[in-house]
Amino acid sequence: MKKEILFSMESPYRDTFRIRGYRFGEGEKSLAIVGSMRGDEIQQLYICSQLVKQLKELEDKGMLIPDHEILIIPSANPFSMNLEKRFWAMDSTDINRMFPGYNLGETTQRIAAGLFEAIKDYSYGIQMASYYMPGNFIPHVRMLETGYEDIDTAKLFGMPYICRRKPLPFDTTLLNYNWQIWETKAFSIYGGQNNEVEGKESTSTINTILHFMQRIGLIDKSIRAHCADYNSVLLDESELISVNAPTAGIFYKKKDAGDEVKKGTPLGQILDPYEGVVKSKIFAPEDGVVFFAHNKSLALQNTPLFKIHKF
Amino acid sequence: MIKTIVSTALPIDERFMIKKNVISHGTGKKRICIVTGTHGDELEGQFICWKLQRNILDNLEQLDGTVEVYPALNPMGIDSITRGVPNFDIDMNRIFPGNPNGSMVEQTAHAIIEDLKGADMVIDIHSSNIFLREVPQVRININDSDTLVPWAKHLNVNFVWVHEAATVLESTLAHSLNSTGTKTLVVELGVGMRINHYYGKNMVNGLLNLMYEMGMWKQSVDKEKIITPLLSIADEVSFVNATHSGIFSTETHNDQIVEKGQLLGQIISPLTGEVIEDVLSPTHGYLFTIRAYPVCYEGSLLARIHNL
Ligand SMILES: [Zn+2]
Repeated sequence: MKKEILFSMESPYRDTFRIRGYRFGEGEKSLAIVGSMRGDEIQQLYICSQLVKQLKELEDKGMLIPDHEILIIPSANPFSMNLEKRFWAMDSTDINRMFPGYNLGETTQRIAAGLFEAIKDYSYGIQMASYYMPGNFIPHVRMLETGYEDIDTAKLFGMPYICRRKPLPFDTTLLNYNWQIWETKAFSIYGGQNNEVEGKESTSTINTILHFMQRIGLIDKSIRAHCADYNSVLLDESELISVNAPTAGIFYKKKDAGDEVKKGTPLGQILDPYEGVVKSKIFAPEDGVVFFAHNKSLALQNTPLFKIHKF
Repeated sequence: MIKTIVSTALPIDERFMIKKNVISHGTGKKRICIVTGTHGDELEGQFICWKLQRNILDNLEQLDGTVEVYPALNPMGIDSITRGVPNFDIDMNRIFPGNPNGSMVEQTAHAIIEDLKGADMVIDIHSSNIFLREVPQVRININDSDTLVPWAKHLNVNFVWVHEAATVLESTLAHSLNSTGTKTLVVELGVGMRINHYYGKNMVNGLLNLMYEMGMWKQSVDKEKIITPLLSIADEVSFVNATHSGIFSTETHNDQIVEKGQLLGQIISPLTGEVIEDVLSPTHGYLFTIRAYPVCYEGSLLARIHNL
């Protein structure tokens, strides 16, 4: 394992801002993994730290396949994590909306440029991602439809779903988009949550990634990574049926991400916040599985509470 | 007449509402819309909305057509001094044209576009952010320059910046409207969280002058008081970014010609007493942007100069 500083910048009042990378093996630049880019992506950081620990052990035991190099960057934004702010605190910009970056531009453009320079030449790229709406997801691989997206390789993760989405103009600055344009096979992994490290989800995401490394020939086949291995379902995000809040109020959830539902199954209720009575009941519009579930206790009117993948 | 164009229930005993005031007079069919408050930290537009309406209401016989004023496209943002939309952590000017079946904020964006569509002119007023001070200016995408530059010249601004097209800007209100045939001018002036009355009064004169040119305001504005703007067409702007982090200290004002090598300010260290960097103008030109917020990081924008 080689530990290095990939990018650094002096701060006016704080310690130096540093992006650290951990390199394993030597040779062809095969895989780069980026953990948190936002300050609330704790699970993403945790997963990378566990991968660093495991790869170090595997390297010491000689179980990495020779002539490949793996780079792990647990966090590209330790400053926001230490402040518990999602975005770059001074100007609320999002590093993940600054790619491919610009080394003579604004602060977060420079950070993105420094990061991208370090990760752009790898054959495979994995980003531990998060979603802008608060909620729980079925773990899945997400990719933007750029014409370069590689669905067959995405299946090697063995996650339940692969979700593909057409990029909006605003999305052309995302890491996933730019990685693909620079000819890296890029995958965003949604493990479920941002803020929790305990529980099965983190462990299974770690094992999913180790599994993927085995399948693309980076680590020894004999390593046992316990995780379910699905025959991934490919879906286009536009196929998901959105179930929006008919009214606003307290949201009482009865079904969660991963639950199978029949048409008419109660999904939850909206309660009057003062009088406690049920203002509206929410039912499944079709037979299917809950792909996304809102996980806050207040609901805004017309805002998606569930997204259902129809069987 | 006050009209509510969006009304959505919030969870606890409150409605989210976007309102406009519609003032009509005469038989003219022309319609101009003044929109502002997309970014909750930009307030120059608030004074302009008020002052414009005062002038119109006090001289209503001069109006021949309809003026619609939308002071707050992001009312929750203004209320909470938040640039974006508070519940969604999102920049409202990156989600147009919105989506009638999307989240509350996407539906709101859609409703705003539907309401503005078909106006003869939309003026989208911004006031930079808390970091940068801007001279009154109009910003135009190069693809729209033929249609929009002639109108921008009536607005009594110091500067018209015709910039290159950028994919990411396709999600702005102005792009959504201009690309579907509703002429929209983006105005930037002043600095975030403050009101500059002098700029505001000039802008109101510009708006009345534009309405006169559109044939919906009868009284001619004193043309000698209308500024002929400096026109900057793509790639003639130099950006000055901080090379070091520190406190940017300056006594330089924007709206002036600077020489190449002229001192614009310094980055200083309050801890050591050192001058970390002398910030020099890279070019001879018109200084239209200068940093207002002192704390800067490596990369922070300090100044923008139109090359002469
Ligand atoms: Zn703005």
